[in-house]
Amino acid sequence: MLIKRSEGKAARQRLAAAYQGLSSGGLDRRSFLRQAGFGAAGLAALGAMGPGRAQASGAATGVADLSKPIQRVKNICTHCSVGCTVTAEVQNGVWVGQEPAWESPINRGTHCAKGASVRELVHGDRRLKYPMKLVGGQWQRISWDVALNEIADRMMKIRAESGPDSVFLLGSAKFSNEGAYLFRKFAAFWGTNSVDHQARICHSTTVAGVANTWGYGAQTNSYNDIRNSKTMIIMGGNPAEAHPVSLQHVLSGKERNRAKLIVIDPRFTRTAAHATDYVRIRPGTDIPVMWGMLHHIFANGWEDKQFIAQRVFGMDEIRAECAKWTPAEVERVSGVPGEQLKQVARAFATEKPSTLIWCMGATQKTVGTANVRAFSILLLATGNVGLEGTGANIFRGHCNVQGATDFGLDVGTLPAYYGLDEGAWRHWSRVWNVRYEDMVARFDSPAMMTTPGIPTTRYFDAITLPKDQIQQRDRVKGMLVVGHGGNTVTRMPEAVKGLEALDLLVVADPHPTTFAVLGNRRENTYLLPISTQFECDGSRTASNRSVQWGTKVVNPIFESKNDYEMMYRLCGALDRAAQRSNQAVRFQAEIFKTFEVKDNAPTAESILREINRGALSTGYTGQSPERLKLHMEHQDKFDLVTLRGRAGTPVENEFYGMPWPCWGKAEWKHPGSHILYNTQLHVKDGGGTFRPRFGVERNGVTLLAEGSWSKGSEIQDGYPEFTTAVLRRLGWYDDLTAEEKGWIESNGGNFSWATDLSMGIIRVAMEHGCVPYGNGKARAVAWNLPDPVPVHREPIYTPRTDLIAQYPTLPDRRGFRMPHLGVTVQNRSHQVARDFPIILSSGRLVEYEGGGEETRSNKWLAELQQDMFVEINPADAAARNIRDGGWVWVTGPENQSKARMKAMVTERVGRGVAWMPFHFAGHFMGEDQRRRYPQGTDPIVLGESVNAITTYGYDPVTFMQETKVTLCQIRAA
Amino acid sequence: MARMKFLCDSDRCIECNACVTACKNEHEVPWGINRRRVVTINDGRPGERSISMACMHCTDAPCAAVCPVSCFYTTADAIVLHDKDLCIGCGYCFYACPFGAPQYPRVGNFGGRGKMDKCTYCAGGPQQDGTLVEYTQYGANRIAEGKLPLCAEMCSTKALLAGDGQMIATIYRERVAKRGYGAGAWGWRTAYRETVGA
Repeated sequence: MLIKRSEGKAARQRLAAAYQGLSSGGLDRRSFLRQAGFGAAGLAALGAMGPGRAQASGAATGVADLSKPIQRVKNICTHCSVGCTVTAEVQNGVWVGQEPAWESPINRGTHCAKGASVRELVHGDRRLKYPMKLVGGQWQRISWDVALNEIADRMMKIRAESGPDSVFLLGSAKFSNEGAYLFRKFAAFWGTNSVDHQARICHSTTVAGVANTWGYGAQTNSYNDIRNSKTMIIMGGNPAEAHPVSLQHVLSGKERNRAKLIVIDPRFTRTAAHATDYVRIRPGTDIPVMWGMLHHIFANGWEDKQFIAQRVFGMDEIRAECAKWTPAEVERVSGVPGEQLKQVARAFATEKPSTLIWCMGATQKTVGTANVRAFSILLLATGNVGLEGTGANIFRGHCNVQGATDFGLDVGTLPAYYGLDEGAWRHWSRVWNVRYEDMVARFDSPAMMTTPGIPTTRYFDAITLPKDQIQQRDRVKGMLVVGHGGNTVTRMPEAVKGLEALDLLVVADPHPTTFAVLGNRRENTYLLPISTQFECDGSRTASNRSVQWGTKVVNPIFESKNDYEMMYRLCGALDRAAQRSNQAVRFQAEIFKTFEVKDNAPTAESILREINRGALSTGYTGQSPERLKLHMEHQDKFDLVTLRGRAGTPVENEFYGMPWPCWGKAEWKHPGSHILYNTQLHVKDGGGTFRPRFGVERNGVTLLAEGSWSKGSEIQDGYPEFTTAVLRRLGWYDDLTAEEKGWIESNGGNFSWATDLSMGIIRVAMEHGCVPYGNGKARAVAWNLPDPVPVHREPIYTPRTDLIAQYPTLPDRRGFRMPHLGVTVQNRSHQVARDFPIILSSGRLVEYEGGGEETRSNKWLAELQQDMFVEINPADAAARNIRDGGWVWVTGPENQSKARMKAMVTERVGRGVAWMPFHFAGHFMGEDQRRRYPQGTDPIVLGESVNAITTYGYDPVTFMQETKVTLCQIRAA
Repeated sequence: MARMKFLCDSDRCIECNACVTACKNEHEVPWGINRRRVVTINDGRPGERSISMACMHCTDAPCAAVCPVSCFYTTADAIVLHDKDLCIGCGYCFYACPFGAPQYPRVGNFGGRGKMDKCTYCAGGPQQDGTLVEYTQYGANRIAEGKLPLCAEMCSTKALLAGDGQMIATIYRERVAKRGYGAGAWGWRTAYRETVGA
């Protein structure tokens, strides 16, 4: 954002105060660079803080000494989901430089602004340095032991008085796979399903929508594979800012194939600037646009009839719905001219292979799941799934949001999407080597064990709503937040009330985060310093399902500890607290008995081995630590486009990072599945089919594929998932080895491929060329969802009140233990639309990520974006006497919410639409909260949060929040 | 000998600022000094284009022509460097430079400025290569290590190219041929009166 001179002065002064030492002036270049040692002087000082840093003293300058050896360590960038390899240069235990990771087939040496500055994260003097607690509203330093003992006492007190469900466990997409899995396992042993993470607020609706359509909730292809596409539609996504390195593949595909790159978005994004076509829509009208495209496709016979007949269920009902969306109606609702949409539809259906790329513009809606389903149906109708260059290329948000989702940091499932029913619990009890009955005893009641928990979008409602409205013993009383910002959820004024009412708030993070400053808490609030993934070993799963191993670059800085050690020590403290309060439940010994524990922490390798034993359903079994490390070592041996390991190398024929499903045991050498549902490959070579998860027939119509199977299949037609019963019927049961049969029969005799820990069923199915989960049809009609066929529903807060009667939102209902309002809130639009006429949407900036505490604390990034701002169309600005760069108040229709920020007057947004970045926090309702941070940990840049303004509105399937369409008013300040 | 050049492919540049933070990271460049920055024109409108700018290491460098103490020199690789021990911080080079490359730390309350700082093409300064004294005054010397400037090496979309002028021209020419439309190179419209992009 360009800052005018008059404001520049003010901003500099404010920042100068915030950033003493670097911008206090009075320095020439030479003294500046003496201060290059300044960062280093900080480092030398940290040497004194913990024994782990003593080795750093030799490199106190923070500058590489070229005359001495430099060690290179590879880890993965901790920001977005692209999965860029970071090559760190380490000398004497200090990270002294970053070099391009040329070998990585994903980023090929490159980075975005965030990736190119990650070294600062482990030097940053704004990190939380030691555990702290609030005493009378003031932060005090305490030791780890004191902190954990006090936290444990309070948690056990809540557990005794209100039950385990009254502690809300908020995990993180910044965990490694092993950390995520461990946290989910801890929640199970604590006795609650209220364990969640960022996926709830980014792609939960994608996972629900896509899994309900064709089986697995993940990106079907990969970033690299986009190089094969001839038509790309990016809808509801701005990867140029959110996933910059992905644009390397997108733009290469565009150039290589002279492909069309079509951006459909309410905002003319930086991605749109590189598009061949740009379609502007009114926010919240994705389904009308999709159905409008399919209207043209069906009307002109451009659909893929053979693909639909063989592999799709229920397309006729879609055809009927699309018939209603005539070009005139689509234009009336969405604003897109019929002829423009026809061109887009024609290209997508006929210039194949085509891919559809989406992000949070599709998902963060009250109709998020329905949007995703409509997107998937467009791909199915045009036959663009399961082949190179096609697919649902869903760009996920955080570095390990895919892995954290896979490992069940989700209120509705155990690791690997097993769900919460008794079979799922019995499966994981076997993996954890505990008795199922003992797990039941840990919960408030057997019913709570199978009831989905409280999602992060509503945690504060679970604190403040009347007790009788929440379906559990008591309200939420305590909260353990690990690696999550407090400004990421809508309705912040209500979150503040919730946070203030909590008996216990624990924030475990490299930074204090917004949670630490948001409520006016005075006691019982703890901050635990946690290391970043650069100070920790472990694997993470990129958006394309490739699993990459990150090696610890340096030891945890200051007094911070990694996630594994924090959880191990917390469990120990809970045991002691339980003993003190005479409670029978114990944690540490049971949870960690299956792991190798070293120096008070389980090793990442041993956790991954347990994952490999148990996560059969997603094929997380072949990616052993050894294989992952081998891939990292031989990154340069993979093809850029196909991601195959080259012939004659140790990784020959394997796909990079063994994208799941990677079936069976590591020694079977399954290559992983680069492209899901690809019938052109043998299942042993990464092929697959659509997964029949919803039975074999519906109303007399088969749900199994007809005339389509993966290469080399002995069953040349559709087939259900494999179980011991199916093996017997096929006469393949005796293909099981004695050992496999022994395990199956000694454990009850009836197992499916997903619960047979001997992996015999999977092995036998694959020996016969069959996919273990079966060969079904994708579902265009998903009868178990509120809208089996996606239909347009106006946003909860809409300026088009004339459309509410025809396209109302869902009626009020209940879900996730809580009431969920629909029409009651939507009807408010009639009253508020006049006073709040501007649609408010939100999104990402390239310099920052997520809640932004970490990136706003990074001096190299903070310098580039120093102010919170709102984008406003010149016409709207002129009508309000708002000038570019001037201060404005933005007000919202709930909670008398208001926020003060700068205006950016730009045609990037259409008339009647405003847009804000969502990374800012630290100012709330006009108040600067900098003094509330523990001294020295305040991020360099603070600003108002968009979520102070955002409003009610949840997706009925996942409780995804509505952040993309609400209403606001803007006036000059 | 090679003639080192930068070329920013504006069809690829997405203003991700990786070049900016890579530069900050590599040389520990302090807050307020921008050896490289990304400029965007037609921001938010069709025709929006971004281009990453730093010292262009001119063949006939105007900064050198106006410097009253002759602190500039050109290396054998055609990289324009300067000697901070000679620089008097007068600011003439800033007036002369067409790209706004020279940067000055503020050293007082009356607009006084310190010694000029600018992109070194990751080639350090007149001190001995790879020494701490060179690093503290000019930043890292990647050229001496046989590497190219980190901004270009880390460019997210490989828009920013650095290296021998002949070689990067070849890479760029191949890209333009593959795209099948006129180069989006800066100045194309002025020079050939052709429209940019498809």
